[in-house]
This record gives sequence, structure tokens and C-alpha cells, in this order.
Amino acid sequence: MPITRDVRTHIRRSPYQAMAATLTMFLTFLVGGVFFLATMASVMVLNYFEGKPQVTVFLTPKAGQLEADNLKAKLEATGKVSGTHYVSKEDALAIYRQQNQNDPLLLEMVTADILPASLEVSATDPQYLSELATVIGGSEGVDEVVYQRDVVDSLLAWTNAIRLVGGTLALLLVVDSLLIIGTVIAMKIAMKRDEIEILTLVGATPWTIRAPFILEGGFYGFIGAAIASVILSGVIAWLRPYLFTFLGSIPTLSGLFTSLTSPAFLISLAVFLAGNMLLGFCLGALGSSIALRRFLK
Amino acid sequence: MITFTNVSKYYPGKIPGLIDVTVEIPAGEFVFLIGPSGSGKTTFLRLLIRDLLPSKGTITVDSGDISKFNGGNIHLLRRKVGIVFQDFKLLLDRTVFENIAMVLEILGKPERDIEQGVMNVLELVGLADKRNLFPLQLSAGEMQRTSIARAIVGGPKILLADEPTGNLDPETAWGIMDILKEVNDLGTTVIIASHNADIVNKMKKRTLTIHQGTIVRDEAKGHYHLDKHAKPVAKGGKHDANH
Repeated sequence: MPITRDVRTHIRRSPYQAMAATLTMFLTFLVGGVFFLATMASVMVLNYFEGKPQVTVFLTPKAGQLEADNLKAKLEATGKVSGTHYVSKEDALAIYRQQNQNDPLLLEMVTADILPASLEVSATDPQYLSELATVIGGSEGVDEVVYQRDVVDSLLAWTNAIRLVGGTLALLLVVDSLLIIGTVIAMKIAMKRDEIEILTLVGATPWTIRAPFILEGGFYGFIGAAIASVILSGVIAWLRPYLFTFLGSIPTLSGLFTSLTSPAFLISLAVFLAGNMLLGFCLGALGSSIALRRFLK
Repeated sequence: MITFTNVSKYYPGKIPGLIDVTVEIPAGEFVFLIGPSGSGKTTFLRLLIRDLLPSKGTITVDSGDISKFNGGNIHLLRRKVGIVFQDFKLLLDRTVFENIAMVLEILGKPERDIEQGVMNVLELVGLADKRNLFPLQLSAGEMQRTSIARAIVGGPKILLADEPTGNLDPETAWGIMDILKEVNDLGTTVIIASHNADIVNKMKKRTLTIHQGTIVRDEAKGHYHLDKHAKPVAKGGKHDANH
């Protein structure tokens, strides 16, 4: 294939330009990938917390079903509660065991006695939460109240910050990559001006002339993205046990981090690698196309 | 058939390249374009491959108006018209074989046809034994023969040559002319822009004399003579050749 042969020749004859273009793409996809994964994880965490009951009332160690029933009755009397769910000490222990099933050390010393019972409360409208808080605060047997809204707001702020910083940085790197690829390809076009003129005169189609340059840019993007994606995947695999400890309670993420050979993890990995490489190819080809449009009339 | 009908070409600044040229060149003819430097010979050739667009008038090749070609389909015209340059325009990093094969690769020919086609034209121009040499390892005459081989390997209907013997000694120049005549004998229309009065004189082919952008003489095959002043053609007229 003459086109692929031309691409190989282009790259072989200017290895430093090829390395510069590939490294830029690598950096773009490494940084972009980190922020993409962080954003995805934070969105999943956010969705998890948004789907949880709005208030969790932890009871004192001596309080139990009776106190919970009294509190439930008081709350339901306000008419502003859409649902409640009592979590006994035994239920709490079961949840704890489920979350830490892979870490026997954490299970050894824990019994139902040291875990608090709790009442999960959902309001008919979030604006009633402060009113419900007054009712809860004055009730017997209440130890601590956790409002999911606070958690969600905090997570939302973090997610937005990650999106903003990551998005801005990724955008700058994408522009930088386009400029570098465009500059490299423009230099190649200048070096091959005679050849392009001859090809044009002997009847080469516009695509025959442009294709090697577009494929060359695409190749730099593909390789840069592939290296970055493989490194990121390796880092994720290495961090998997720690990530599982922190994020294992979130169903959508725990499925991913259960095992390196789990179908969910392998499919996600394949999609991540293929998506990044395709995006890298397209980004490189776009940089080349911009140079061709500018320098090859 | 090539026709120029009232063709004028003005470069930026209203500098005339060709002025109101009307001429017909039937298929299979061998034509010399002669005239001093800057007279419009190269403009004539560049218009024919649509490297330039006429400011006025119409140019047709095989009854097709070449102004209809654009950036997207200009290659269809260029595949009908082979071109040979005074400075050869060979790719120095490719061998003789690769320089010629490039044309067939562009046409999408299979590898076996490329090998066969290139060897056929290399035999024709007498360079079969130098197929693996690079241009800088060739003499000027050999480079020009390579350039001719590249121009004809795709089987164009028309072959244009812009001063093909300009950089060559007389003996080599005659060798090149023999090849071009052979190409013409195979049915290809050959148009040569030349300064070489001796060759034009002895070849006895149809000769168009261009002066300051205008065709001032159109002498039929066998009628041109270096020292003879032929009757200028009427404006817009056709030559009175008997081929």
C-alpha cells in the first residue's frame, strides 16, 4: 500500500518530530484520562448519595426499636415525611460485613453492640428538612444526624471543581496537541512540496496526496493515546484494592473493582482503551487536516 | 482534439501571457511551440493542464471544456495529459523505477501491472538496465528519459514537453526527440515547447510560433523552415496544414 508506505517513510525520516508529536498526545491523554476517570468516579459517587435517604438519624448505643418507633411516629405526624426505614444494630453489622468482606482484619473485632441503630428518613420535599431537623433534635435517643444534602453538596462542589480544572487543562492540552501536530505536518508539507507538485501534475487525487499526512497525524494521536491509556489502566489495576476500600460501598463502582478479571472491569477497560485510541487518532488526524487546509491549497 | 478558442491569459498586473489565441490540434499530431523566452509557450502548456485558468476564452480537450475541472476532479484531466519538464522534476529519493511506478500506483494498478508497465516504458526510453539507480546517479539525458517514461507510463492521450532538450547536448537532445517521435507514432498527441531551432527545423513538424502572447505563424507539417518567413495566420484562423 503506497499510502501506508509513505506514512512509514515520513515518520522514519523525521523521528524527533514524530516523538515530539507523540509525547504531546501522550501527555494530553494522560492528564485528560486522569481527570476523565476522576470525574466519572465522582459522578457515580454523587448519584449514589443523591439516591440515598435524605436524613440518617443515628441513635444512642442504648436506644433501639422503641425509640426509633417513637421518632418515626413524631415525624409522620408532621405529614412531611415520605418514608422511613429502621436499620437495627444487626442490620448495621450485616452492612458492615458486606462492605468489608475482603478484609478479615476489619471484621474480627466488630460486633453488633458497637454499631448504632439508625432511622433513615426521606422528606416529601427537601425544603422541609430544617423543620424535620427540629423534630429530630428534640427527640429521645438521638445521637447524631447526618443530612445527605450536606454530603451531596460537598460532593457536587468537588465534582464541579474537578470538571472545571480537568476540563480547562484538557482543553488547553488538546489545543496544544493540535498546534504541535499541525506544525509537524506543516513542516512535512514544506519538505515535500516538490513531491506534492509532481503528484498533482501526474494526476494524483486530492485524497492520495492528503491521506499520508492525515494518517501520520492520526498515528501520532493513536500511539500517544494508547501509551497513556495503558499506563492509566495499569495504575488503576495497581490501586484497585485501595479504591475498593474507599469506593466499595457504591454499587456501580464496587462491581468494577471487585476483581481484575471481572467482566465489568474488563469491558470497562476495553471501552476505555478503544475509546481513547479512537479519540487520539481523530485528534491527530484533525491536527493534520488543519495543517493541510492551511498549507496545501 | 485540443481546441483553444479566443483564449487570453493575463497575469496579475494585467501582464499578458496569451492574447486571443485560437488554434486546433487534432488527436495524434506532433506540434512544436516556438518563440522567444516570455512569449507565452509555457503559459500555453500550463493552461492545457489547467495549472492556470484562462482569463477569457475556452479550452477543450476531447470536446470537454477544461474549465469545468476543479480541485476535486482535476486529476481526471491530468491523467489524460503527460508532461515533461526542462528541469525533469524527478524525486531524488526514489529510484528510476519508483519515480515511474508512482504514476501507476496513483492509478491504483496492481503490483504486477506496475512492474510490467514500468519495464515497458523503460525499454522504450532505453533505461531498463538503470531501473534501480537514483536520479543523481544519472546523466541529464537519462534523467530526461526517465521524465518522459514517467509522463507516458499511464498511457496519456497527450504529451506536453516544456523545453525537454533545454539542458542537453545536441546528441542527447536528438535521442530525446527520437523517443518523443516514437511516442507520437504510438498515437499520442505530442506538443513540445522548444528553443532548439535546429531540431524544430529538421523535424519538419507542425510549428506554432508565439510572439508576445500571440500565435504569429502556424506552419503545417513539413512547411516550417528556420530561415523562411511563412505567411502569418489570420487572426483566430485555423492552420492550413496538410498533415
